[in-house]
Amino acid sequence: MSALLEITNVTKTFPGVVANENISISVSAGEIVALLGENGAGKSTLVKSVFGMVRPDSGEIRIKGELISPGDTSGAIARGVGMVHQHFQLVPVMTVTENIILGDEPKRGIFLNMKAARAEVLALSEKYGLEVDPDAFVEDLAVGTQQRIEILKALRKDVDLLILDEPTAVLTPQETDELLQVMRNLAASGVGVLFITHKLREVMAVADRVVVLRNGRVAGSTSPKETDEEGLAQLMVGRNVVLQVEKGDAKPEAATLVIRELHVNDDRKHLAVSGLNLEVRAGEIVGVAGVEGNGQRELVEAICGMRPRISGEVLVSGEATPDMHPHKVHSMGVSHIPEDREKHGLVSSYSIEDNLVLNQFDREPFAKSWIRNIGALEDNATRLVEEFDIRTPSIKTTASALSGGNKQKVVVARELSQDTRVVVAAQPTRGVDVGSIEFIHNQLIAARDAGAAVLLVSAELDEILSLADRVAVMFGGKIVAILDAKEAERGLVGRLMAGLSA
Amino acid sequence: MKRFLTFKWILTLILIAITGYLYSRDGVITTSVVATALIFGLPLALAAMVGIMCERTGIVNIGIEGTLLFSSFIGFFVASTTNNGVFGIFSAILAGVVTGLFLAFMSISWKMDQIIAGTIINILATGLTSFLYKQGHTAPTTSPIDIPFFSNIPFFGQVLFMNGPLVYFGLVVIFALYVALYHTSWGLRSRAVGEHPGSADTAGVSVFRLRYLNVALAGAVGGLAGAYLSLELVGSWDRGFTAGKGFTALALMIFGRWNPMGALAAAMFFGLAQAITNQLMFADVAHIPEQFVNMLPYVLTIVVLAISAGKVRPPAAEGQQYEKEQA
Repeated sequence: MSALLEITNVTKTFPGVVANENISISVSAGEIVALLGENGAGKSTLVKSVFGMVRPDSGEIRIKGELISPGDTSGAIARGVGMVHQHFQLVPVMTVTENIILGDEPKRGIFLNMKAARAEVLALSEKYGLEVDPDAFVEDLAVGTQQRIEILKALRKDVDLLILDEPTAVLTPQETDELLQVMRNLAASGVGVLFITHKLREVMAVADRVVVLRNGRVAGSTSPKETDEEGLAQLMVGRNVVLQVEKGDAKPEAATLVIRELHVNDDRKHLAVSGLNLEVRAGEIVGVAGVEGNGQRELVEAICGMRPRISGEVLVSGEATPDMHPHKVHSMGVSHIPEDREKHGLVSSYSIEDNLVLNQFDREPFAKSWIRNIGALEDNATRLVEEFDIRTPSIKTTASALSGGNKQKVVVARELSQDTRVVVAAQPTRGVDVGSIEFIHNQLIAARDAGAAVLLVSAELDEILSLADRVAVMFGGKIVAILDAKEAERGLVGRLMAGLSA
Repeated sequence: MKRFLTFKWILTLILIAITGYLYSRDGVITTSVVATALIFGLPLALAAMVGIMCERTGIVNIGIEGTLLFSSFIGFFVASTTNNGVFGIFSAILAGVVTGLFLAFMSISWKMDQIIAGTIINILATGLTSFLYKQGHTAPTTSPIDIPFFSNIPFFGQVLFMNGPLVYFGLVVIFALYVALYHTSWGLRSRAVGEHPGSADTAGVSVFRLRYLNVALAGAVGGLAGAYLSLELVGSWDRGFTAGKGFTALALMIFGRWNPMGALAAAMFFGLAQAITNQLMFADVAHIPEQFVNMLPYVLTIVVLAISAGKVRPPAAEGQQYEKEQA
């Protein structure tokens, strides 16, 4: 049987980086192939080449035996390729229907036929059991729903090959399970599925075959039957990785971070945090589990002084923190690893040494009155780059030149190297590769053991379950349950996250 | 959004009421003022369409002024040398397309900063036309066409149906653009490209091609506006005679929230303001120094921008280069 998709010796270089080097992969009809690899291993580049979003330098890509010309997206679509993109390719100010029909619009004469379009979207939604409101504006929808739209968009033409680029990064465990089921159904109906992820659990659950990429090359090919998660991780990173976080028991002391009756609005002026109470003691990690969009972001920003509080207070060691004053909050001993490192964690165009002192550049020893002390700055950077294993050509390199994992290490290094009483870590390992995740987790535990109160907010349930000493489940702007790590079992937490009672 | 909508309707009703009252007081003058408002407002409206067509696909065009100046000059020059008004009009439109393509070339192919690209067009148009211009030429101009039957309707007849051909054509273009933008696949794709080019690209729509097409078409509309200015409204050409209309148009585009109908309404409001001041001066009612009167459009621009500041949302991808390949 000839393969549905045949990638032969594809090579692609970007200035300074070899993204893909002589990669050959094939996918057959009805097969689910997982493409696994660390950040920057070249997974996205490879599938974008298939979809015509990237032109490979050399090599061949054939679909159903037919050679596709490089950079021809509409040609790929016409040959039955659908793709769900890592960064949603949706127009926020347009409706669900408009987004789905874009590129091949039903027409009556020269005009759009929105009635037919709407009917088509409803039929599509029915067919695949993915519920969407055709008239809703995309910007008003939760990420999980946007994901469904992306999938419907990809499935609209009868696809033979569906490519999914990290589709589960933003989903809840339940939504992920649903998506995996959709993938199985599609494969059963003869569709070939090429699925990018770096979550090993999903690979084990759904893939028929696994191809692992490392540094732009195929590091190995295996199947879930032949290996386990440890084996996959090793193949991915090229060395042994400890997946299970090793940590001693917490020795909690007095409550350092106390949140009382906190109310916060979201960007659209709707109440996102409504009367939240939480205590984090020195020497423990409290993990906030919850589906994204239940007020976690607003909670974190209100604690750190980046978003106005409507009412309620946040105390650090008994002292009230000021509202809307991040610098003062920080100087009271609150470190913040922000969710969006590009926006709030780093100045991309600054050097690493400057990024490492972003919130203390004006203090001793980095400045004397208003003159900066470049020597202290460089010493600090050299030490932290070494200590936090930041892989960079030099401390003068701009942050924008680093990979995602190393950027995050710069943020973590800056926040955890200071004398800190409270650590607020929001999605600290999002989009970070396995090796760096392991490192960041160990740093958070080290901060805990040094006596800091750590508040960990993460969309990754596995991360919460493996790191937290206590799990606080957040739903609808409130903490609906606080569980001890021992009693926090995956299914139970998942149900609480969905707003169901235990 | 809702509040703004009611504000818009209230404003419209007030304007209609005032016009009605004035018409009952003095029909002849009111009719002529409103008719003048249309012919003054039209070039602004067309110029605002240029901005809308470009910015809706994500290209900032501050070179509208240059397009107007260059195309009105070429139109006048060709009409004058060939003694043929139709040639003049087509040359003006062609000249507009040339400036559009030049902008597209600089900002899409060369990936230049779009503000700088627009400025280059403005400077180039000013310099080139001033250099080539020779005084003392005349050109044939268009003459008004009365639409049978409709032109006999009181008030509306004289305002809408006794105009030069380019007024009719311009209005048709504006309405067609409105329908096309919201009810055709071209419009849907254009808006998608201006908001989130990746979404269009991944749906198989060529961002590059669509941007080129729209910027060139916008240039044609700008050329039409230029032809209207030199061959219909004024009937001559002078150095720098577009007097900032291209910039005012950008403000109108923003005030009209990048919607052709909104921009048309805003342009008509501007035209009305100008027609009223002209009337006041002419009737010697107001003794305002001319300089202040000439300032009016610019003062209004500032007021309008201040009112709409923060309330409007420009196309999200405006002014950004689209890089298809990212690592």
